[in-house]
Amino acid sequence: MYQYVGLIVLFPLIGLLINGLLGRKIKNETIVGAIGSGAVGLSFLLTAAIFIDMLGMPADGRSQVVTLFTWIAAGDFTVSAAYQIDQLSVLMTLVVTGVGFLIHIYSIGYMHGDRGFWRFFTYLNLFIFAMLNLVLADNYLLMFLGWEGVGLCSYLLIGFWYDKKFPGVGITWTGDAGNKAFWVNRIGDFAFMIGMFLIFREFGTLTFNEVMGQADGRTVGEGTIFWITLLLFIGATGKSAQIPLFIWLPDAMAGPTPVSALIHAATMVTAGVYMIARNAALYALAPDTMMIVAIVGAVTAIMAASIGLVQNDIKKVLAYSTVSQLGYMFLALGVGAFTAGIFHVMTHAFFKACLFLGSGAVIHAMHEEQDIRYMGGLKRVMPITYWTFLISSFAIAGFPPLAGFFSKDEILWFAWADGSPLLWLLGAGAALMTAFYMFRMVTLTFEGEPRWARDKHPHEAPSSMTIPLIVLAALAVVGGFVGVPAVLGGGNAIHQWLHPVFAQAERIMALPEHHDHATEYLLMAISVAIALTGFWFGRRMFLADPEADKRIAAKTGGLYRLLANKYYVDEVYDATVVRPILKTSDSFLYRVFDVRLIDGFVNGLASTTAWVSSTLRFMQSGVVQNYAALIVLGLVVILGLLIFS
Amino acid sequence: MIPVHYYLILSAVMFITGVVGVLTRRNAIIIFMCIELMLNSVNLTFVAFSSYLGNEAGQMFVFFVMAVAAAEAAVGLAIVLALFRNKQTVNINEVNILKW
Amino acid sequence: MIPHVLNFILFIPLIGAAIVLLARRNNDAVRWTGLLFSLVTFIVSLALYFGYDPENPAMQFVEKVSWIPSLNVSYHIGIDGISMLLVVLTTFLTPIVLLSSWKSIQKQVAAYVALMLVLETAMIGVFVSLDTFLFYVFWELILIPMYFIIGIWGGKDRIYATVKFFIFTMVGSLLMLIAIIWLGYYASTLPGGEFTTDITRLFDIAPTIPLHLQSWMFGAFALSFLIKVPAFPLHTWLPDAHVQAPTGGSVILAGVLLKMGTYGLIRFNIQFFPQASLEYASLLSILGVVGIIYGALVSMVQKDVKKLVAYSSVSHMGFILLGLFGVTVQGMQGGIIQMINHGLSTGALFLIVGMIYDRRHTRMIEEFGGLARQIPVFATFFMIVTLSSIGLPGLNGFVGEFLILIGSFQSEVLGSIWYVVFASTGVVFAAVYMLWMYQRVVFGESRNPENAKLVDLSAREIGLLLPIILFIVWIGVYPSTFLSKSEPTVQRVVEKIEQVQRGEALTKTVSQP
Repeated sequence: MYQYVGLIVLFPLIGLLINGLLGRKIKNETIVGAIGSGAVGLSFLLTAAIFIDMLGMPADGRSQVVTLFTWIAAGDFTVSAAYQIDQLSVLMTLVVTGVGFLIHIYSIGYMHGDRGFWRFFTYLNLFIFAMLNLVLADNYLLMFLGWEGVGLCSYLLIGFWYDKKFPGVGITWTGDAGNKAFWVNRIGDFAFMIGMFLIFREFGTLTFNEVMGQADGRTVGEGTIFWITLLLFIGATGKSAQIPLFIWLPDAMAGPTPVSALIHAATMVTAGVYMIARNAALYALAPDTMMIVAIVGAVTAIMAASIGLVQNDIKKVLAYSTVSQLGYMFLALGVGAFTAGIFHVMTHAFFKACLFLGSGAVIHAMHEEQDIRYMGGLKRVMPITYWTFLISSFAIAGFPPLAGFFSKDEILWFAWADGSPLLWLLGAGAALMTAFYMFRMVTLTFEGEPRWARDKHPHEAPSSMTIPLIVLAALAVVGGFVGVPAVLGGGNAIHQWLHPVFAQAERIMALPEHHDHATEYLLMAISVAIALTGFWFGRRMFLADPEADKRIAAKTGGLYRLLANKYYVDEVYDATVVRPILKTSDSFLYRVFDVRLIDGFVNGLASTTAWVSSTLRFMQSGVVQNYAALIVLGLVVILGLLIFS
Repeated sequence: MIPVHYYLILSAVMFITGVVGVLTRRNAIIIFMCIELMLNSVNLTFVAFSSYLGNEAGQMFVFFVMAVAAAEAAVGLAIVLALFRNKQTVNINEVNILKW
Repeated sequence: MIPHVLNFILFIPLIGAAIVLLARRNNDAVRWTGLLFSLVTFIVSLALYFGYDPENPAMQFVEKVSWIPSLNVSYHIGIDGISMLLVVLTTFLTPIVLLSSWKSIQKQVAAYVALMLVLETAMIGVFVSLDTFLFYVFWELILIPMYFIIGIWGGKDRIYATVKFFIFTMVGSLLMLIAIIWLGYYASTLPGGEFTTDITRLFDIAPTIPLHLQSWMFGAFALSFLIKVPAFPLHTWLPDAHVQAPTGGSVILAGVLLKMGTYGLIRFNIQFFPQASLEYASLLSILGVVGIIYGALVSMVQKDVKKLVAYSSVSHMGFILLGLFGVTVQGMQGGIIQMINHGLSTGALFLIVGMIYDRRHTRMIEEFGGLARQIPVFATFFMIVTLSSIGLPGLNGFVGEFLILIGSFQSEVLGSIWYVVFASTGVVFAAVYMLWMYQRVVFGESRNPENAKLVDLSAREIGLLLPIILFIVWIGVYPSTFLSKSEPTVQRVVEKIEQVQRGEALTKTVSQP
């Protein structure tokens, strides 16, 4: 089956070419939607077949590389278009194509009647194509192709409704939000590229297998490896919206909601996590970077969660929630729990996609209203959306036995055991906030009395939208059972599945085995308690008074404003980076240096020449007598010289 | 016999008179006459050297110069005449249409 | 294989120009004749691509006829892997340029087409000359048609721009002439030597010149080429020339003329003076890096789309400079492919700017907005070309930039990673200035009611852009088609410099058959 891996990538490419070139002509939404979804569906089926194939193989024979052709070669530098199929990439591919397929189906309903229907599906297929390259690549450069490719799709899809306004710091149009996403990502990509250059200089290759093969011979804590891993991590902070480059993700909500679900929640933003997991052996060699990763992850988790507490835009809440959940994943990677990180990527894809799609259904029903203060009581008119949304909210809040509980709890346990109690505390704090803001949102949106205008008639979404919701909600329920930890009597299937991928890293890190079951049970209990507390407060407070925010704001004043304004990070960047660069470029480099100095010099030279000429011109008086006088004068001088020298 | 340098000095005085006239006068006819004066001072030199050196070639040249001067006088005076007809003046300061 | 194919390629456009002038009364006939001749040239030039044998180290398709025997000057032409690609780029772009001027040039059509064809001959001549004297003749010949193209069909300040362009180039090329004569004279001072302008012979003679003399000649050549590239701070003629030039002129200027500078740097500076190249590699690389950042920053604040693209050229050409003087196979290969890339993507950008200018007679960013709704096909092409220009992986720009950066990063000649670290910021800035411009022009809402009258691209215009897009994708996905042709040549060039660096005696360049 492995040799067909190229087809997995090819199907979305075909889909995008058909829709991109002919979509305008086809016009029929069903056909366009079927082509777009079908392409991804085929990829999913093929991946599933390969996955089943893999199950029948010995654990250490599951990793293979399929080379298609040489992409770039110059001198001793060669990079191929080659795909690596192993336990990790297959898992990611399943998630990407599976969740991707559901979201494609959902989009048929959601984008119904949109002028750019075919364009939307073209972009989505392009995204799947790029994302598959990212996860299947066997080398850094092809991964980078996918990496930038998904960034491009993110850009195109954020600005999909290009003539729609979208407010933000330095942002007027949705396209500005797209630009912001692309630029911030490019800053990360800049670091990624330098990292790649360092890898090539250090290892002489850009192929994962060869680099990891050489990693064994390295000593832990080497300087170069530290820089490589740090630079790659900076790349990941861009793509996965971590401090300091997280600012683009909330503004990315300018795009259509399926995009937020697919790209800005389930798949693309987890690329950074995947990339670090792919480089686990390198990171294992750089404990300092691991520490930085863990701290950045934990701080991002709590910081984003705290912002999420006070947002009123349903998608913004979910966006900050995504940033926060991504923080968890990095926290897991940072403490060496790579499996837990990937596990959370998977479960998060299920419940967050479900939440976003649910919010999309709500927004649709409310005629593009996104402010939860003007919703309420929707559970009666859209029960399917309500129930799926609720289940996913329980999942993300970490209620056992839903998916989020197992993955989040595993992360918190490793943060405690292999990291430090402080990291655990940050994570637990974020978990409390998560539960709170999720149920604040659920309550304000679906419970209580309707607060929307009378002329709105919300209704349940069509089945093309509800079916994906139901499937995703089901996955959010059962998805966690692949990772039931041993203390709860589970087999932790995902851990065993991924073990060969991370075996090398674990060997290098040589983390101690944990047998402290008592602590693990205790932490688990605390987690559940936290989730319940958040749920209780979030629900109580806002069920009783939908305008509880105003009371809290009045009470906490400055703190509330700080959170509501997202810690003023956008403003700070704007004032310290964006404006100075623009100002220097415009009023110094261009107006002074280029125009005045360089061109001034050139034109000065020209006008000096002109001035000298026009001065000398007066010698050509046209009066023959003057010429004659000069001739005589010259003659006298020459004769004088001849006579007297 | 009168020494040759007497002739040369006379010739030089005539020549310089001519030069100064050409450079300072504004009347085209006077300038023209000064040029003739310069030519004749050269003729005088030629003749003086010819007799001093016993070489007739110098006197031959004088004939050439006189012939050229005659032709020049014809053309030059014609130009001055044409100029006067057009401009009613022979003052060269007023003939400056070729000047910048 | 066609005999004397290089002669044909060189002179078919010239013959075309003569015929065009004969038929100058009928504008349509003139346009078709010009297009036909340039297309024939392109088709014939494909023979170069398919007939070129990368493994053969000698110059290929050589023609040699004695021209001025007293000076040992001969009509000597031929190509290697580097010049082959540039010749094909030239013949590829010329028909596109002629087709792009179909509607926009309405006065003195015959003169325009004829000048373009003469220009094509001159450009090909520059790339194929194997004689410094011949090279100089073609180099200067380029100025004449270009001078008139800008001066006659240009914008408001065309005279200022064209004179500036002319004088800038002239200043540099005079120094080059001195160096050419000096080189020939140096050859005559060697035992048994004679005055020579033969490039293949100079390949062996020039590197033996003592460093202090080499440096002067290197400087004279370099100044001439750096002006043409144009490298910071000699670039200010470029924005003016581009803004004033008609669309076709801009495309040729960006697409081919700038490449003559970088081509000259490889052919003369690096191949003639390896020792001086090593000595001044850092200096030139610094100019490259400064150009990358400076060009990007300045282009960010431009209000005129064409000027923005012009400054972006300064940035892109900086990459090439960095690639060449890192003296690694990757860097130099990247530099060469980047020359092609820049020709394609910046050429296409100028075409696109021209298309919108033809419709609205303005290029000011603030005049547009919301074009995506009005003219979606235009917006799509514009997007693809923009992405190519900002170096998106999978499109051509990335291949060039990445090879340059990874090459120079490993470079022992530069010996520091900071060149590349700073140069890489150009990748970020490129995204900023291009996409910001794109956002303001194509997205959002129209800021001028005039825009409502815009009509989308015609079949002719789509036909112009499609071949370029094809190559943009092709090079991005499978660059080996082109890289493999130039690789052996580049290997030898780098090899030679490495020998000098190690202090070994130089191996003889294989002389002509």
